[in-house]
Amino acid sequence: MDDILLLDAIERYRSGNMTPQEKKFFEELRKNNPDIDQMAVEHSFFLQELENLGDIHAYKHNLDEVENKLANEGVIAKKQLKGKARVIYMWNRYRRTIAVAASIAGIVSIATAGLVSLYSDKKKDTHLTELSYQLQKTQRDVDRLKVLATIKPDDHPPKPKFPAAFRATGFLIDGAGYIATNAHVINNAKNLIIENKNGDQFITVPVYVNKLTDLAILKVTDTSFKKVAVLPYSIPKSFAELGEQIFTLGYPREEVVYGEGYLSAKSGYSGDTTSYQISISVNPGNSGGPVLNRNGEVIGIISSKETNADGVVFAIKSKNIYQALEDIKKDENIKLPTRGTVKGLDRVNQVQKIEDCVFMVKGN
Amino acid sequence: MHTSNQEQELLRGLAENDRNAIETIYRQNFGLIQGFVVKNNGYPDDARDIFQEAMIVLYEKSRLESFQLTCQIKTYLYSVCRRLWLKRLQQLQRFNPQIEMKEEIVAVEEELEMHEKKNADFLLMEDAMSKIGEPCKSLLEAYYIQKKTMPEIAEHFGYTNADNAKTQKYKCLIRLKKIFFAQYKNGG
Repeated sequence: MDDILLLDAIERYRSGNMTPQEKKFFEELRKNNPDIDQMAVEHSFFLQELENLGDIHAYKHNLDEVENKLANEGVIAKKQLKGKARVIYMWNRYRRTIAVAASIAGIVSIATAGLVSLYSDKKKDTHLTELSYQLQKTQRDVDRLKVLATIKPDDHPPKPKFPAAFRATGFLIDGAGYIATNAHVINNAKNLIIENKNGDQFITVPVYVNKLTDLAILKVTDTSFKKVAVLPYSIPKSFAELGEQIFTLGYPREEVVYGEGYLSAKSGYSGDTTSYQISISVNPGNSGGPVLNRNGEVIGIISSKETNADGVVFAIKSKNIYQALEDIKKDENIKLPTRGTVKGLDRVNQVQKIEDCVFMVKGN
Repeated sequence: MHTSNQEQELLRGLAENDRNAIETIYRQNFGLIQGFVVKNNGYPDDARDIFQEAMIVLYEKSRLESFQLTCQIKTYLYSVCRRLWLKRLQQLQRFNPQIEMKEEIVAVEEELEMHEKKNADFLLMEDAMSKIGEPCKSLLEAYYIQKKTMPEIAEHFGYTNADNAKTQKYKCLIRLKKIFFAQYKNGG
């Protein structure tokens, strides 16, 4: 308790909140008591360090935002690898590791090939569940959709409730209104909307669907959609590391749900190199949700899980988004966020910023 | 050489973490640094990292009471980035002996040493903060960083009164100090 009184005195002295008498007394005390003087010096130094932490965090945050803005304007280069030179450089550097890895891979693939032939007799290709949430198909109501279609985007009155046949998750990859989700989600859907956590709905159209990678990109066509200037997360081209802590946000229910896990393998279902295997608890409806690492970088998109094993989930690697953009760059000008603004924040703050950019995807 | 008024203005802005000042400095200088890094065995991503670190060095410098920049911002940033990049190349064993040197440079070695020391302290504090847990972390941040008042904090964190919150705050602070100084004195 004495310590606390003393600390309080030091802090009040430091911030100039002492009466002249008090100040005089305190200065006397310091002069006559080397221990107290030492403590005051140490504590001032410590507080300075603590305040410095806050200042540097705030400053870095501004640096990131400015960099992001300029990257979007094209003033500075976006994050990217340089083709050939980089590959050669990496090859030279990691030649030995690659050789070792390759020999191990040989052994493993023989071993797994044996296992696969053992198991594949029993069950054929029913191991995967796609994670979009199929709502009752009888709910389809074409007439009400026609009403929805005739409403002009400008008059804002509450839109009629959208009769959804399924629900999944999607997230902004460009604040102008581009959403990434799964191809299986929007499979054959006639109408697609996204809905934020407040229940506001926006009409979207698919601009890219690739059933092979299970990636789809939707474009918001609703004029009531407010553009997001700076997305809180970035989408790196590089690959994530084994064991990396990850988290996701999604809509397995009508409310956004947070989940945590780790990256368990660098390839997906039966060795699919376009996806990761992650260990996380997800449910139907999580499909299309972002998989983020601790720095708030989107490393993948949740797509499916293995039915007969718990916590085995597959996520499409974020690099596929870049490939998708290549395919549609003639028609759509999409700019991916290359520098996030949530790096270094604690998880609660990260999630608060990110959840505004994660949407429910509904369709019928 | 005297720096122009406009540059002084920018540096004052930088010291106050003003976004416009940061943006102006980025726009005026990033291209040069990127060109330098890319020409010398680096990638645009490296340039972004190096430039950010140099901006932090400049920020720390601009906040010193004794602060005085005796050259142009451009020259200073270039000198810092050049030094940082050389060091990074050595660490990565990508050393390129024919490092380009077209621009004028000033000596920054001493300042970078100081920056490294500061950065080490910063990382220690960040680490200590991540170890004390909640609600201590938020409580200390609210008071010492966001500069909220004790009554505000008492209400937000659900303490019965400001005095109560204050006692709690000091208990947290003592814990943080213990963790910080344990490593500080060990690590030197």
